[in-house]
Order: sequence, then structure tokens, then C-alpha cells
Amino acid sequence: MSGKIKALTKNQLFLPFAMMVLVLLINLIKSPDFFAINIQNGVLYGRLIDILNRGSEIAILAVGQTLVVAVSAGTDISVGSVMSLTACGTCMLLAGYGVNSTTTLAVPLVVGLLFGLILAMCCGAFNGFLVSKLNIQPMVATLILFTAARAIGLLLCNNQITYIRYEPYKYFGNFIPGCPVPTAIFITIVVVAVVMLFLKKTAMGLYIQSVGINKKAARISGLNSSNICFMCYLICGLCAGIAGIVASSRIYSADSNNIGRNYELDSILAVALGGNSLGGGRFNMAGSIIGAYTIQAITVTLLAMGVSTDQAPVVKAIIVVLIVTAQAPAFKAFLAERKAKKLVQVNETQNKEAA
Amino acid sequence: MNKKVFDKLNGNTLLLVITICLFFFMYIIGCIVYSGKGFTHLQTFLNLLITNAGLICVASGMTCVMLCGGIDISVGSLVAMDCMILAYGMGKLNLPCIPLILMILVIGLVFGAVQGFLIGYMKIQPFIITMAGMFFARGMTAVICTDQISITETTNKLFYAWANFKIQLPAFLGYVNKKGKLQVPFIRISVIIALLVVAATFFLLKYTKFGRSLYAVGGNQTSAAMMGLDTRKIKMKAYILSSFLCSIGGICYCLNTMSGSVQQASGFEMDAIASSVIGGTLLTGGVGNVIGSFFGVMITGTITTLVNTNGKLLSSWANIATAALLCFFIILQSVFAYVKNRSK
Repeated sequence: MSGKIKALTKNQLFLPFAMMVLVLLINLIKSPDFFAINIQNGVLYGRLIDILNRGSEIAILAVGQTLVVAVSAGTDISVGSVMSLTACGTCMLLAGYGVNSTTTLAVPLVVGLLFGLILAMCCGAFNGFLVSKLNIQPMVATLILFTAARAIGLLLCNNQITYIRYEPYKYFGNFIPGCPVPTAIFITIVVVAVVMLFLKKTAMGLYIQSVGINKKAARISGLNSSNICFMCYLICGLCAGIAGIVASSRIYSADSNNIGRNYELDSILAVALGGNSLGGGRFNMAGSIIGAYTIQAITVTLLAMGVSTDQAPVVKAIIVVLIVTAQAPAFKAFLAERKAKKLVQVNETQNKEAA
Repeated sequence: MNKKVFDKLNGNTLLLVITICLFFFMYIIGCIVYSGKGFTHLQTFLNLLITNAGLICVASGMTCVMLCGGIDISVGSLVAMDCMILAYGMGKLNLPCIPLILMILVIGLVFGAVQGFLIGYMKIQPFIITMAGMFFARGMTAVICTDQISITETTNKLFYAWANFKIQLPAFLGYVNKKGKLQVPFIRISVIIALLVVAATFFLLKYTKFGRSLYAVGGNQTSAAMMGLDTRKIKMKAYILSSFLCSIGGICYCLNTMSGSVQQASGFEMDAIASSVIGGTLLTGGVGNVIGSFFGVMITGTITTLVNTNGKLLSSWANIATAALLCFFIILQSVFAYVKNRSK
């Protein structure tokens, strides 16, 4: 029995999951109706639904970010800006350049969405090219688009907020009529499922890990390291694009300055909270997704407790430091050492008593 | 080219030279294109120094951290927190400014020590810890006060006098404006502080044991440890230094803006990183120079000034131009690295 418990606590997913449960428990104590889900106007309402719904963007971003972290031991800090660019590109094409607000679309919805996603993939390809072919540190390479993508989005939208007041465009971030579950949850499930299948059913997951652990060794054993790395950045860009469309659809507009602001940080945090090492190599997708929803749960909890949006980061920071420190190998080693010392002491006293 | 000169001009020094040349090149282009809009006056250049004094201090600290292979993204929020403490302390609590400034410096040291301990001794990734620091400092700014507070003459005379104190340069550098009045170029206290910080950091990195060990740790941590350096301690010290310089930068920034608000100095950390990268500092550590970072700040500042002077261009062009420049420098660095590896 104790062996089983030990195996459970040793699992990478244990700590992230425990943290999530802890956050939810605190909520339950604070407000007993936390888990209550009721139906209003034919759609589901409740804090839990809210967390799942609002956490979608971070979860989608975390999927791409996990791959990037695993393959290149670096982070893609451009995802927030790419979200903004995607939203701007889509809205610009749908409304027509320079149009402030529209109720009819200039081009079919699908074309607009595809254009946005292609833009996002171009960004991903650009990052991937810099990192995989030119061997530039990921953070510096993505710093370029971090600075530029948002600005380009602003140019595309002619320096204003473009509103798309067209019902079907609102579906992605809100509800499809007749379906009580928020659409964003479905989108997240589809993205996660597709990427998971891709990783599990092909050998790609293994390839990514081996490139992340040792690029040269992977190449020598016959993998095209740089292509695998490139592909991960491409997927990360695509994920950012999907998240951008969801975020834009929520407010049925392209607010270049605010869409995806600080999301790069949240997505990296999600990866770290999931127990993944930012040093690359082994990764656990499920951990990252749990991490993403933990972040959202913390945010929702704080807001529910009446902490203002500006002040919430203080608590978030403290929680993050605690979680990360608890997971740190150095800290674990320190604890183990103390435990061993105690054992030795106990043994010594026992020996003395025996003598 | 003479081989001896060429040897001296290895990749890294060459990058520094390119950075400096590019700055002067851009500035001269600005002078030619916008000569009618006062770009040629010395004051425009000095204004560049005045507005970027805070960023220069912050970038100096960032360079030190990047040299030892780390990163510190908490700096922007820390600057905002410093400004808020100054503004709130003077504006709402009527405290004298010198204890407040001392308090800010101490906060910087403590903040850096905590981050440094977690990164150096607990071996947690610097990005995550300083990101937590960033959230913490930004949140604390909001906890102190969510309004925008400005510092005026009535709130604190001494600080106001410091902020408006003009250090006049010799009169012959001035020019006569349209009204026939002699305009003597001036700088402010923050510029002196910033230049002192750059000089001190340069000296620290070049001639002290600590500075050299930063390079050693950044270059190869394992071999640095084998040489007998305490890498954990050095890393911790680097973060303390960064946060301390950041606090000084916060004071310079506050002397310039004279206000405190929650969203102040957002994106400062990325500006500082971009400046360091343009200045030739590698994020992997071990290569870089504070002089380069100084010119990196000046280059980004010049781009912003050029876009602002034009007046017709959207401000987002400044971001795009900075990004393009960043791209150029990064690719140049990678080409140099490639050539270097090939010749080996």
C-alpha cells in the first residue's frame, strides 16, 4: 500500500494535480456553491464551467509551448503577440481594410479564419527557421515577433479596434445556439486530442524528446533534428493562432493592444507548473494542461474573493514560487538529506538504547 | 587588413563596433532627413539620454545577469513599484525623499537576494522565478495604490528640484533659436547617474574578480565550478546587482516621469533585453559588454525619436523597426558564430 502511495507521489502529475485540487478545495470552503452548475437561458453557468471556458486559451497555448520547451529547451515568448496578430488579420480580412465595424462579412468566414491561421503559422515558421536552421537561442529569436507581431496587427487594423458584429463569428468564444457547453471547451478538446494522437500514434513524441535531450545524438541516430524542431514551432504558431481566434471571438473584435497580453507568460507558467523542466527533453502534455487550468482556477478564485485584477498577481506570484520550489530537485535533495539525518539519529539512539 | 588588427577585431568586438557605427549612421541619417525639425541640435541627442536614463541603468543590470547565463524579466515591474513607492510616499504620506530612496535601494537588494537565492541555490529556472518576481512587483504596485499619483512641487520640493535641475553644458555648444534667444544644451541629474552606472558596471565587469567570474560562469558553468568558483554565490550576486541597478534605474525613471501608476514601465524588461542583444550580449551567457548595451539603448531610443519626429508614421512602426534591427543583429551574430566554428 505504502509503495503504491509512494509511486503516486513520485508521479510527475501528482504535484500539479494536488495543487489544482487544493485550489478547488479552498474555493469549496470559501463558497459551498462553487461546484454548482445550473442552466440559464439554455447554457451552462457556474464557476467550474467558467474556469474551463476561460482557461481554454492558456490550455491551447500550453500545448504548443510544451512542444517548443521540450524540443529546444527554450520558450516561445511571441505567442501572445501572435494571438493578437491572428485576431487582427482575421478581422481585417472579414471586415475589409480600414472598416471600423461591420455586420456583413467582406469574405466568407472560413477564408478569414484560414487567413488568420496561415498568418500564425507563418509566424511559427519564422521562429522555427531562426531557431532550428540558424541555431539562435529560442527566447531571442521569438523576441523579434514579440516586438513586431502586435505592431503589425495594429497596422493591419489601421490603428483601431475592428468590430465584427456577425453572429457566427461569436460562436467560437461563446456558445453555438442550442449547445449548452461553451464552444471554446470543444476547441480545446479537439486541439489537445489531435496533438496527443499525433504524439502517441506516431513516434513523434519520442523524436521530440530525443531531440530535446541531445540534438546531436538524435541527428547521429538518424533523426532530422532541425526539421523536428521547426515543426514544433510551426505547431506552436498554429496553437497561438487558434487561441487568438477564440480570444477575438469572445469580444467579437480585434483589440490589438489587449488580446493575448501576458499570455506568453501564462503559457510558460502552465508548462512549468505541470512539472515539466524548462531545460527541454522529457515532457508531459497532461501536466501542462493541468497547469493551465490551475492558473485559471487561481485567477478565478482570487477574483471571486474580491481581489482586484491588478492586485491578483501578488498572490499568483507567491503560489508560483511555492509550487516551483516544491518541485525543484535541489529542494527535494535538501529534504531527503534532512530525512536521512533524522533516520541516522533515530538509529543511533536506538543503538544506544539497545546497548 | 593587418593580421594583428584583425585578431583584435574578433567576432565579438566587431559586433560592438558595428553596433556603435550603426548608431552613428542612423543618427546622421536622422540629421540629414529631419534637419529642419531640430534633429541636428545637440539637445536632441541629450534628450535621448534624458528619456532613456532609467533604461540604461536597467539594461546595465540586465547585461550582468545575461552574462552569467540567466535572465531577469522582473525589472519592468520593479521600476513601476519603485516609482509607485516614491510617488505614494511623497504624494500621500508626505515622507521626505532621501529615506524613501534609501528604502527603494534596500528593497532592490532584498528583491534580488530572494530571486538570486531561488535561482542560484534552489536551481530553479531564472525565467520562472523572475516571472514570479514580475507578477509580484506589479501586483504590489497595485496593492500600494491603484491611482496614478504625480509628484509636484507642492508634494516634495527637494525631489522636484532634483528633477528639474538643469546641468548646463558650455554655452558655445548652444544655438540661437528663431526668437534670437541663446539655447544652451543641458542634461539632467538622471543622465549623470546613468552614465556613472555604465562606467561602474564596465569597471566591475572588466577589472574585478566578480566581473570576470560572471563571464566564467556564463561561458561554461561546469568548468567554472571546477576552477573553484562558487557558481551559486556568483549567480545570486548577479541577480542582486541586477535588482539594485534596476532600483537606481527606477529612481532615474521617476525623476523623468514624476509619477507613479500601475501600468508604468510595462515592457521595460523586453526593451532592456532587446538593447542588450543589439549590443552584442548573448543570451547563452559569457559574451557581452555593457558599452554595447548602452549603445543598444541609444539605438532603440533613436528609432523611437525618428518615428516621433516624422509625426505621420504610426508609433507601431518604431516597434517594427526595432524588431527588424533585432533580427538583423541576431542573424549577424549567428553568422559570426558559424564562421568561427568553421575556421576551427
